[in-house]
Amino acid sequence: MSNLITQNEIVSDDWTLVTLPKVDQEVRKQAGKVVLFKLTGENTISAEQIANTQIPATGKILVPLSVYLARKSELATRIAKQEVGIWLATHEVLESLPNAEPDLNIFPLIAVYVERFADGRIFSIGNLLRTRYGFNHTLRAFGDVLRDQLFFLKRSGFDSYLIRADRSAQEALQSLKDFSQPYQGAVDDKQPVWRRLNRSQNNVA
Amino acid sequence: MYKYDEIDQQLVDERVAQYRDQVRRYIAKELSEDEFRPLRLQNGLYIQRHAPMLRIAVPYGMLSSRQLHKLADIATKYDRGYGHFSTRQNLQLNWPKLEDTPDILAELATVEMHAIQTSGNCIRNITTDQFVGVAPDEIIDPRAMAEVIRQWSTFHPEFALLPRKFKIAVSGTKQDRAVVQMHDIGMEFYRDTENKVAIKVWVGGGLGRTPILGTVIREHLEWQHALTYCEAVIRVYNLHGRRDNAYKARIKILVKALGIDEFSKQVEAEWLHLKDSPNTITEAELARVAQHFEAFDYATLPAHDSSFDAAIASSAAFNAWTKRSVHPHKISGYRAVTLSLKPHGKAPGDATSEQMHVVADLAAEYSFGELRVSHEQNLILADVKLSDLFAVWEKARAYGLATPNIGLLTDIICCPGGDFCSLANAKSIPIAQAIQMQFDNLDYLHDIGELELNISGCMNACGHHHVGHIGILGVDKDGSEWYQVSIGGKQGNDASLATVIGRAFSAEEMPGVVQKLIEVYLKERSDEERFIDTVRRIGIAPFKAHVYATTESKNEAAHV
Repeated sequence: MSNLITQNEIVSDDWTLVTLPKVDQEVRKQAGKVVLFKLTGENTISAEQIANTQIPATGKILVPLSVYLARKSELATRIAKQEVGIWLATHEVLESLPNAEPDLNIFPLIAVYVERFADGRIFSIGNLLRTRYGFNHTLRAFGDVLRDQLFFLKRSGFDSYLIRADRSAQEALQSLKDFSQPYQGAVDDKQPVWRRLNRSQNNVA
Repeated sequence: MYKYDEIDQQLVDERVAQYRDQVRRYIAKELSEDEFRPLRLQNGLYIQRHAPMLRIAVPYGMLSSRQLHKLADIATKYDRGYGHFSTRQNLQLNWPKLEDTPDILAELATVEMHAIQTSGNCIRNITTDQFVGVAPDEIIDPRAMAEVIRQWSTFHPEFALLPRKFKIAVSGTKQDRAVVQMHDIGMEFYRDTENKVAIKVWVGGGLGRTPILGTVIREHLEWQHALTYCEAVIRVYNLHGRRDNAYKARIKILVKALGIDEFSKQVEAEWLHLKDSPNTITEAELARVAQHFEAFDYATLPAHDSSFDAAIASSAAFNAWTKRSVHPHKISGYRAVTLSLKPHGKAPGDATSEQMHVVADLAAEYSFGELRVSHEQNLILADVKLSDLFAVWEKARAYGLATPNIGLLTDIICCPGGDFCSLANAKSIPIAQAIQMQFDNLDYLHDIGELELNISGCMNACGHHHVGHIGILGVDKDGSEWYQVSIGGKQGNDASLATVIGRAFSAEEMPGVVQKLIEVYLKERSDEERFIDTVRRIGIAPFKAHVYATTESKNEAAHV
């Protein structure tokens, strides 16, 4: 069964995730600990990986940002057919996408990969895609996506969530409704609660 | 103080339901240890040495009598009959059971309380001056803004999982008592040249492993923009703060790495997009919140009270207490009172359920039903009539709440340390107790005068040792507990970080070491000079020489 939630429903996933070929990489260590999060903006993808990435010939494809930036011309006809989505990881430089493609709405889907639950950069990235770069098609979170992020993801502009394979998407749907009236304005509802509702009538004794 | 409307109440009720389900999933093993950790931490639940620890939020330190009664009842019902007031103005329970924590939160919700964001990598409790609203030197009462910021930061979706914890403090006085310079964001409210409320914003302060005082990022911010400006600062931090190393993840490290000019440039660029967005605070919203903090219905009283003057004259003990525990008030005939949670020989900041009930009753009877928690870990009755002080003192004294040591050496700021905390390298409570016993002579204590002694059990610095006039840090050396001593730290407008005097000491040596520091001070001080002033004037060398000369010669003697 599908583990994909889009627009508050479990739906089947008709996108094929395109990934970069794995390379043997030295594990970087810092202060005796394995680095779990790549430093911001660190370029860890080689030209060789990008060139060797296998792009399926047909169907809807979710292409890594780096591959898209380098091989954009081969994808032009498929973009016109609405067959190309873009995915990026939280440590990648988001601005490189709008810099290369001022109209992000040529993509029916943008997906953000979060390696670990605790990585809250995904929320700022979602917010920027919606509010700064005007993306208004499907925005998906995938990776270490569990139900307790969903409310925050939704408020940060996401409307699609691929729940980690070992968890139930059905149960996760519950968490989209965790809070009925959040305080602050965010992407899904830009008005803070005091502009959304009339709070002044709740008088002080 | 702020009272919930249906919106506030619904939010905490929904939080209880959400958290209850998270605990259920954890117990049912649907959530792993690692997955549950960030969830429980955002609700103030730590897994500690002996049991979980639950940190309950006391927003900007304000409590009602009703709330304190409830906290006392919870401590009795779910814990061992006491709680610990922390340097974040919060209350910590040391012995709750994990499976009881949803019920504890449900009980807290009935008195408009919660444990939301008291831990974890998110925006924490907003803190301020314990004399907010009553201090004679106050220019702006920042509580309404603190509440607006509290609401905005509660479940802020973009900042739910930051690189590290994030602390905001607000202050509106000439004399800073909220230590705004040691917060991730510090906001000082003032009136600008046009007599409008403005904010001076500091960023990147913090203690912990790398103590740094904050830097001014903006001299003048109109109050309407407080939230959007914070969004700009925290967005830059969320995207670019380090996530590879927890010890380098605070915003202070990012600010130092980029330099304040570059950091500020990035914040301003972000803010251009956010300024005037719907989170911009309106006059109407501020007014709605501010009506909860309007001045009480104070009586018109003369500046002097004859019964008070008579009590001072007849009781030396009462007189001594008023000198330390009674503070000026902006209204004639009223005073603020500090109830000491630092009786000699007890864990600093601890209060029993009985004491909490007593304080709640005192607040109800003498102080408009409200009280405050100070970051120095004492309780404050902010609005007591001069003529009621003697009655307050008698009752407080009967329950061990009137030790006349506020602001003195034994008013020690102290973290729970190795007795409770699994992060600690060393115990801190027994050190505090030993020092308190060493200086148990009140006359001597008063002669030494104002002195802040802060103890942390590890470099996370919950006991704020870096800004203590004397700071003590527990360190681990080859598996045993040692204590590093520093002097010359200070909070306030002229804040400074303390300097380490030399090699660490064993627990047994510590009271003697403090004694030696005091001896140097008493010998060197000039009239009216406090310990910190003497340290600043003569430097640490004479202190160092005296402390180590004696211990070295003793060691030599032992080798003879």
